[in-house]
Amino acid sequence: MAAPFDLNDASVVVVIGTGAGGGVLANELAQKGVSVVALEAGGRYLPEDYVNDEWESFGQLAWLDPRTTSGDWRVAKDFSGLPAWIVKAVGGTTTHWAGASLRFQDHEWKARTTYGAVQGANLLDWPIDGAEMAPWYDLAEKKLNVTRTNGNAGLPGNNNYKVFEAGAKALGYEEVHTGRMAINSADTADRQACQQTGFCFQGCKWGAKWSAAYTDIPQGEATGNLEVREKAHVLRIEHGDDGLVNGVVYADADGTEHKQMARVVCVAGNSFESPRMLLNSATSMYPDGLANSSGQVGRNYMRHMTGSVYGVFDKPVKMWRGTTMAGIIQDESRHDPSRGFVGGYELETLALGLPFMAAFLDPGGWGREFTTALDMYENMAGMWIVGEDMPQETNRVTLNHDVQDQFGMPVVNVHFDDHPNDIAMRNHAYKQGAAVYDAVGATRTFPTPPYPSTHNLGTNRMSETARDGVVNKWGQTHDIKNLFISDGSQFTTGAAENPTLTIVALAIRQADHLARELSAQNL
Amino acid sequence: MTNQPRAKGMTRRELLTSSVAAGSTFVLGASFVAGSDAAWAMELQALQPHTMATLIQMARDIYPHDQVPDMHYAVAVKGYDTDEAAAGIEAGIAALDAAAQGKGHADYLSIGWERDRVDLLRAIEDSAFFQQIRGGLVTGLYNQKDVWPIFGYEGESFSHGGYLERGFDDINWL
Repeated sequence: MAAPFDLNDASVVVVIGTGAGGGVLANELAQKGVSVVALEAGGRYLPEDYVNDEWESFGQLAWLDPRTTSGDWRVAKDFSGLPAWIVKAVGGTTTHWAGASLRFQDHEWKARTTYGAVQGANLLDWPIDGAEMAPWYDLAEKKLNVTRTNGNAGLPGNNNYKVFEAGAKALGYEEVHTGRMAINSADTADRQACQQTGFCFQGCKWGAKWSAAYTDIPQGEATGNLEVREKAHVLRIEHGDDGLVNGVVYADADGTEHKQMARVVCVAGNSFESPRMLLNSATSMYPDGLANSSGQVGRNYMRHMTGSVYGVFDKPVKMWRGTTMAGIIQDESRHDPSRGFVGGYELETLALGLPFMAAFLDPGGWGREFTTALDMYENMAGMWIVGEDMPQETNRVTLNHDVQDQFGMPVVNVHFDDHPNDIAMRNHAYKQGAAVYDAVGATRTFPTPPYPSTHNLGTNRMSETARDGVVNKWGQTHDIKNLFISDGSQFTTGAAENPTLTIVALAIRQADHLARELSAQNL
Repeated sequence: MTNQPRAKGMTRRELLTSSVAAGSTFVLGASFVAGSDAAWAMELQALQPHTMATLIQMARDIYPHDQVPDMHYAVAVKGYDTDEAAAGIEAGIAALDAAAQGKGHADYLSIGWERDRVDLLRAIEDSAFFQQIRGGLVTGLYNQKDVWPIFGYEGESFSHGGYLERGFDDINWL
């Protein structure tokens, strides 16, 4: 049967969310002839709709439904209602992402084995490894047309990169280049080359950056096997007496509830909404929420060890010109406990416009210490730190029954405390980042605290055994065989790399597995 | 254009005949506040002119940029001139004036040195009033498009075709 599908059609796979996980999964399944209904809470925005203005774009794309926060992270104080900077739209956060597309290093799939026991950390090895994932990474890099793979040239370096590169080389760093980016360095059939416009975070108006919104989603729809329902906000997943899930209840744009029947349900709503849906679906059969026999749903929330370093120089940089994140130093991404922490981190170029710099350079800061920094905005260079943070059972997403969303459903509370390893790594990265800029004559540097999280990981983690996590190596929940997790919430550990390429590779692999299991009538 | 800061068609002489000086920066009328240079003026609906003048000075003291004219600070806080917001703002500024008087000054606006005004602000920086004003300024001041060029920020470039042919890599001092 071709799309659109009937609510009572129980033969469809329902995918919740259309970002790097759900959007790719939906398309890959559709390409294989599987009937898919994708439910997307947000609306549909395409390059002609994107706005190159930071706050206006934020209002257009960001997920702004209420959430609460707790813990010692500074986000809970400065942005208490905004733990994450992610997108509510068809294509999800692939609209906003910077495009950095890095593979995990082999040892990062085996963090518990490589790092040993770390006090306070709930480390676990992934049940898969680099060899298993290599062919799926190959497919993901082809899909995203990543620079420096498949014979693609790297992007040219912008002003911000040139400062970063000169400092890195003066410091003796060797793995320094303009990144492996899902941003075209040359025209292809479906995406044009980067025009160095900036505003990568606000949606690429040229369509040079890969986003599911204008690649995988329309490709899937063109098969006739995929129906994307926009502004379809999922409230809960329902199951039958046999314990299997049988459909998804959602509210449409008018707030009217519907139930879409399903043969299989795949959850890809990012690491807050995915566990929230499982927890909000509790029944007498599953009193702690779906797929939660381990008690791990919502736990082990990771956000990457992040932070930024900005440097001021005596001459202009104009860092906002050009690709936002096309620049990387990889020398510190190795595991080298002699630095005082396990795991590693990447340094990547980053620029904010003046409005966001004012909001994020030193949230809450004021007076001349703050304003003399902004006075030098034109002479600033910037970098972002992204490193592996430690999974902790107590860093978790829970339901906050005191606060309801527009549909009367409990919102999530996001609790996060830094692990001592996170703090040691961040301090090391602040020092190295400042040294990069000092090496080319910075007159002042700023160790800027983490922004609301864009890399949200680990709240439905993958594990070999049902006791340790929520899903198995296919993203299939240990407890309910026709319920899958398809986003970054299935990450066992976070590694040092930006997560999107891995989310995409896992989604392609999951689609292949699902299609085989469906045709074998195992689901 | 009522309640909008603007370059008024009023001469300095006309302005001064209908107003009194507040500090050295502002002049106040019965229902307006203006820059002493008559470069801008704001008609008020709900707030007392003294209160708005003090609020504008407070805004500059929180985010002091000497190259940014007063008018932009006035724009950043003019949203508080509503019946809904006025009571809280009047109370907050009255408390600030009382604190200034406690230090032997006539009021906040009459304190000559920025550091002495900032000392009073530091004492209330955790208060809801201070955080309301500071938080509002983050967008109220820095998201004014006509402030951006003062900082060198160019805003969007898509309408110009991006920077590929316009200097994305033009740095020349490395």
